[in-house]
Amino acid sequence: MTTLNAERTAAAHQRERTAKSSVGLGLRMRRHWQLYAMLALPLIWLAVFAYWPMYGVIIAFKDYNVVSGIWGSPWVGLKHFERFVESYQFWRLIRNTVFLHVYELLATFPLPIILALCLNTVRRKWFSRSAQLITYAPHFISTVVVVGLLVVLTNPNTGVANQLLGLFGLGPVDFMGDSGLFRHLYVWSGAWQTMGFSAIIYLAALTSVPPELHEAAIVDGASRLRRIWHIDLPAIVPVAVILLILNIGSILSVGFEKVLLMQNNLNLDVAEVIDTYVYKIGLASAVPQFSYATAIGLFRSVIGLVLLVLANTFARRFAKSSLW
Amino acid sequence: MSTAATQDTRSDRIVSACIYTALGLFCLAVLYPIVYVLSASVSNTKKVAAGEVWLWPVGFTLDAYKAIFDYKSIVSGFGNSVYYAVVGAVVATVLTLLAAYPLSRKGLPGKGLIMAAFVFTMMFSGGLIPTYLVVDKLGLLNTRWAIILPAALAVWNVIITRTYFMVTIPEELVEAGKVDGCSDFGFFWRIVLPLSKPIIAVNLLFYAVGQWNSFFNALIYLTNEQLFPLQVILRQILIQSKVDPSQMPDTSKLIQLKELQQQLKYSLIVIGMIPPLLVYPFVQKHFVKGAMIGSLKG
Repeated sequence: MTTLNAERTAAAHQRERTAKSSVGLGLRMRRHWQLYAMLALPLIWLAVFAYWPMYGVIIAFKDYNVVSGIWGSPWVGLKHFERFVESYQFWRLIRNTVFLHVYELLATFPLPIILALCLNTVRRKWFSRSAQLITYAPHFISTVVVVGLLVVLTNPNTGVANQLLGLFGLGPVDFMGDSGLFRHLYVWSGAWQTMGFSAIIYLAALTSVPPELHEAAIVDGASRLRRIWHIDLPAIVPVAVILLILNIGSILSVGFEKVLLMQNNLNLDVAEVIDTYVYKIGLASAVPQFSYATAIGLFRSVIGLVLLVLANTFARRFAKSSLW
Repeated sequence: MSTAATQDTRSDRIVSACIYTALGLFCLAVLYPIVYVLSASVSNTKKVAAGEVWLWPVGFTLDAYKAIFDYKSIVSGFGNSVYYAVVGAVVATVLTLLAAYPLSRKGLPGKGLIMAAFVFTMMFSGGLIPTYLVVDKLGLLNTRWAIILPAALAVWNVIITRTYFMVTIPEELVEAGKVDGCSDFGFFWRIVLPLSKPIIAVNLLFYAVGQWNSFFNALIYLTNEQLFPLQVILRQILIQSKVDPSQMPDTSKLIQLKELQQQLKYSLIVIGMIPPLLVYPFVQKHFVKGAMIGSLKG
């Protein structure tokens, strides 16, 4: 399968090369003008909604005010960054963000892999089909509803979680208002929601395992556990490494919408993360501080990008698998 | 598989049993909260509060659902969400197809550069405030377009769609089309689109579900309550426990609503959950295939 594809692409490359050498660039571009015309709308969208905001990032280095606009506002250098790093919020935000993300990563990264390996070994079609159908479902439920579910199920008076505790003589616990429980609730409800859908990508990797490998291993007397360990798991590793790199890149941008929804005055000391803070001082406050909020956001993005590049370099060197 | 013929060893059977149990537990953990909320939403308020509901409804009643339909902003929010999901999904799918097809064609000069321009936005973005300022500058604040346009393209979907085209539309077919005198537009319209129904369905579903579930764009770009999608209303009632008296036609209904407040939340969760869950089993086969193709060869 792969070798056939490789041959085909090699042949196509050959064709392409001969085509390139015989026809000039201008002519080739004119010949494809209809394809460029199709790309026009998406490119306009990209320029307006992705690259224009990137240009707008320079307000992080200015004292932005609406009247003078982006270009007219005075430059202030790194003032806003310095203010952020020196503020008493700084370490708290970094700690909360990193903690939440690392915990989430440790807890939710292995689950889809285990699920995919399990689904892959099930031989009864109806069973694996319905297991997939059920475990994907929460992916389609909105964050608002998932947090709503948490609120309702853990309600100190009527929630089923507390009634269960009551059966054991324990007490009502205000789950949502307890800052000690915030991280657990956040992470495990996230696992509940994403586990099934994240398993798809691993299942895809497992379908590329040739069945002959398993047959040969059976003939050699390998047990099922051994086959999972030595055949299935290695097929998953490259995909897992790539997902891990992506995850590390977003270490400072935890699922911001959900954190915002789960926040309340009682858990704010552990629930305030960089993104929710940016939202609050930038848009939700009575006196929005556009430049300061943008600087904090930029700080986060740049660190994320640096981590992504580092993780990728690391993975390329040691796991021989990388994003680029 | 061939293993059926060979005898499973004792340890193999233990491993199998463990795997089936694990899967069963996974499914149970996913299903239980959903079933519980469904049951609670149609049970008697007092029985739910007394903890008599564990799995199946106790004291069947539809009061909570009736109260919902008297609450004006829930009804209008539902309508708005349907609008955003449908229009948003169509606009986004068209843009995605227009981006993905040219980028799937071999030998298009500048293709690599354009692709890089798309992919870079996955790793770095202007962030919240600059994006808000752009939407403001375009005069989109407090219009339906503020919900539809900024979310009108997801680079991930472009990648998946492009890969689908590369796998299913062989270069030979393009060349055959050219020999027959087919222009790029004609080829795209008459050959590519009819061959791409699965990926079109996947895009429509993903974008529609995305719009149906999103609340943050509405939170920052809209202040006019008439335009609010359902999720924003759900957030107010479910999470912030805000019930607005002005949304009820008369006071007797409002009193009833107050009594039902806890119950209301169960039925609201059901209302918010149902539409995407109804659609997805029908397209599941396609999106699994689409996601697999995209992830393996992207």
